Amino acid sequence: MKRLLSLIVLFALLPGVVALAQEPAGTPSAQGDFVPVNQLPAQTEQLPAAPLLMGAYAFVWVALLVYVWSLWKRMGKLERELAELRRRVQNP
Amino acid sequence: MARVFVPLVLAAMLLFAAAPLVVASAPVEQTMGLVQKIFYYHVPSAMLMFVSAFVCGISSAVFLFRRSAAADRVALAAGELVVLFGAIVLVTGPLWARKAWGVWWEWDARLTSSLLLWMIFLAYLLVRRFGGPGSEKLAGAMALFGMANVPFVYVSVNYWRTLHPKTSVVMTLAPGMRAAFWFCVAAFAAMYVLLLTLRKRLEDRQAEVEQLYLATDD
Repeated sequence: MKRLLSLIVLFALLPGVVALAQEPAGTPSAQGDFVPVNQLPAQTEQLPAAPLLMGAYAFVWVALLVYVWSLWKRMGKLERELAELRRRVQNP
Repeated sequence: MARVFVPLVLAAMLLFAAAPLVVASAPVEQTMGLVQKIFYYHVPSAMLMFVSAFVCGISSAVFLFRRSAAADRVALAAGELVVLFGAIVLVTGPLWARKAWGVWWEWDARLTSSLLLWMIFLAYLLVRRFGGPGSEKLAGAMALFGMANVPFVYVSVNYWRTLHPKTSVVMTLAPGMRAAFWFCVAAFAAMYVLLLTLRKRLEDRQAEVEQLYLATDD
């Protein structure tokens, strides 16, 4: 009885397994995607180098200029603070 | 100091301004084409990132073992420049990689270890900025650890499988490329010395301000 029941369950699941193994409707088969070499479109440059090169150089210049500018700002603030403190020390 | 400083500024400015012209005159590389010219800014920046990590580490060691406040100020200045030049390397590299390798980034030995080195010194700056009193010593220890990483970053391309070119590429450059490369190294080195001097001077002024605050409190 148990063996019969197992066989029944197995045969009931079989169509489901077969259905899952099928490709979904509307999907082109792999064989259909094959493109012979003589029919490929002409190869063109996809990624131009100039924007990347200019972007790299621009970043270097901007980074250095921003750093120099931040040093200059910080130095100006400290010089003013220093002048004020020296005045306070000399004229308590 | 002024006698040395003004010529240094002029030299750095001239060298740096002339570098693009020198790079433009260098031959175009056969395989990678125009994008290979990022090399002339990318590699000198990497060299200076390593040099600055050593300056920071050695200065930190002098501060830790000899209690030299001046050495600590040099260490802080050098630590900032590691982050600056490291950022340049980590941005120019992927821009080059996108064209040369087809990807912006690859988790290979050289790129990953360079990123980690940069993050160690970023953490150094965060500890110095937000660590409170006494954090200079902890930061000094971090700088020593960061400095110890530099040789591993440098040799990583020789010992691990990586997309990045090996260290031998600089020594085997074609003559036209060699001149442009070493000119850019000199330009970046002059700029580095100038920035280190300026940044250290800023720290000296900060120390003076703190001394005067203490004097006025007394």
